[in-house]
Amino acid sequence: MSMIIVENLVKKFGSITAVDDVSFAVEEGAIFGFLGPNGAGKTTTINILCTLLSPTFGKAYINSYDCDRESSKVRNAIGIVFQDSSLDKDLTARENLMFHAYLYRVDKAERKQRIEDALRFVDLTDRADDLVKKFSGGMKRRLEVARGLIHRPKVLFLDEPTLGLDPQSRTNLWEFITTLPKLHKVTIFMTTHYMEEAEVCDKIAIIDKGKIIASGTPAELKKIVGGDVIYLKTNNNEEAMKDIRKLFDMEVSEKDGEIFLSAMKGDACIPALIREIGERVLSVRMQRPTLNDVFLKLTGKAIREQNGTGLDNIKAMVRSYRRRHDRD
Amino acid sequence: MIETNAVYVIVAREFKKFIREKSRLISTLARPLLWLFLIGGGMSRLVPGGQNVTYIQFIFPGILGMTILFSSIFSSISIIWDKEFGFMKEILVAPVSRFSVVVGKATSGMVLSTFQVMIVLCLFPFIGLRLDPLQIIGVILVSAILAFALASFGILLASFYESYESFSVIMNFIVMPMFFLSGAMYPVKLLPEVLKVVSKLNPLTYGVDALKNIVFPYETGRMSADFSLFIDLTVIVTLSVVFVLIAGKAFERKQ
Repeated sequence: MSMIIVENLVKKFGSITAVDDVSFAVEEGAIFGFLGPNGAGKTTTINILCTLLSPTFGKAYINSYDCDRESSKVRNAIGIVFQDSSLDKDLTARENLMFHAYLYRVDKAERKQRIEDALRFVDLTDRADDLVKKFSGGMKRRLEVARGLIHRPKVLFLDEPTLGLDPQSRTNLWEFITTLPKLHKVTIFMTTHYMEEAEVCDKIAIIDKGKIIASGTPAELKKIVGGDVIYLKTNNNEEAMKDIRKLFDMEVSEKDGEIFLSAMKGDACIPALIREIGERVLSVRMQRPTLNDVFLKLTGKAIREQNGTGLDNIKAMVRSYRRRHDRD
Repeated sequence: MIETNAVYVIVAREFKKFIREKSRLISTLARPLLWLFLIGGGMSRLVPGGQNVTYIQFIFPGILGMTILFSSIFSSISIIWDKEFGFMKEILVAPVSRFSVVVGKATSGMVLSTFQVMIVLCLFPFIGLRLDPLQIIGVILVSAILAFALASFGILLASFYESYESFSVIMNFIVMPMFFLSGAMYPVKLLPEVLKVVSKLNPLTYGVDALKNIVFPYETGRMSADFSLFIDLTVIVTLSVVFVLIAGKAFERKQ
């Protein structure tokens, strides 16, 4: 069953089209990645799905409820971790969760237990009664994820969950996020502009300038780039290339003193190569395509190069600065 | 439809934060003290009293009104802070109606203001006022209604502003004039005609006037209340309903 369905979604702000005819579906229990550079329309799409914005055109459904018309049912079914922290920093971790539990009418009998479980789950039991303003960026993110799950939503939205975190916290957070679908029976919808983070997704849609330009599993997307690339250093490049063309019938070229060829299954290809022309080979290396390569191939630009307008950049900088330093 | 769980938890949050913030509690009490004793004490040397009311006693209802004005506007302006620091999103995506959020915020303003008024009210014996229990209850009730009206008015203001830079604009161009033109420091009936008209359009005027009616019911002449208690109450009750409804509408706008 599809948990999220988006059909021909369009959102215009004045003359700017932020989301341009976007359609996709997410299966129940999947981790769905929505990838694209800043300003591509990711957050706008999330805001429509979360009932914060009305679409200009098109439909969005969560758990078969219309996001625009049945907003209250949709809101009950979703949990959200926003790009910017939405915790009350002057309350303690427990109080933030308590606020959430009341707001979502969690049954009185279960309230305390769920909060304790949530705190334990994100490893914050010891800090439960500390004010959130004393927390590190990673702790706040974990607390927000815990809060988003308190009312047992069907879908959890994570908007750039690792933005502004240090590499170690990022890795930890990802390990944690990937356990969620099984442990909490929840479908995950996440956005990121870090391509390497999207590897954990079951399905990915790549969005650029408001349009979806590709979608599929990470493996499927990487096929767009054409598989792995094998680089060989040999004692005689000319001869080696001739041999490879003759024996394997493959395209091979030379660059910077190395010869390289692309193969769908590079790891299986290497032993065969070595068997045939092994005495010529000095060294071998293989590069797997990354989602960055996919984005590069599709748009002709690396994802980090086109970070939207200057204002967006400043906003992003302020945001990550705040997340690292804010103590108020 | 009003969801009581939302109203309750919004009020509980504000109250908890208010109690926790010692500096806010102290400044709440400092402002009325300064106005009452430094300005009131000084001015009473200059301004002759009424029949039975000295100037410092005369401004006491106004000082209560000021306490309510500042605390309820401040409380509802916190919506701008919530927007700025992101917490508002947590509330907006929850399955509660926008109107419940507005009522919750207005009720927070009411609860916090009434709490502060009760503290300031304890000063009455020190300026030679005598109040019986019925008057005290009356003051508290009127304060609560007035606070609800002003907090709703504050939410209405806050719904037009996105960032907290606008806070000083609201304070200087709306809150301070509202205070000075409310009859808190001088009787409305003694004002020049133009200012008299403006005063009559000011919601706080009727709140302060109701408090004057309760605190010195038998005073006549220039220091007396300007309108009847009935008119005052009708105006502030009507305004609290009207403001909360408009604030609710203003808050519901979806892009």
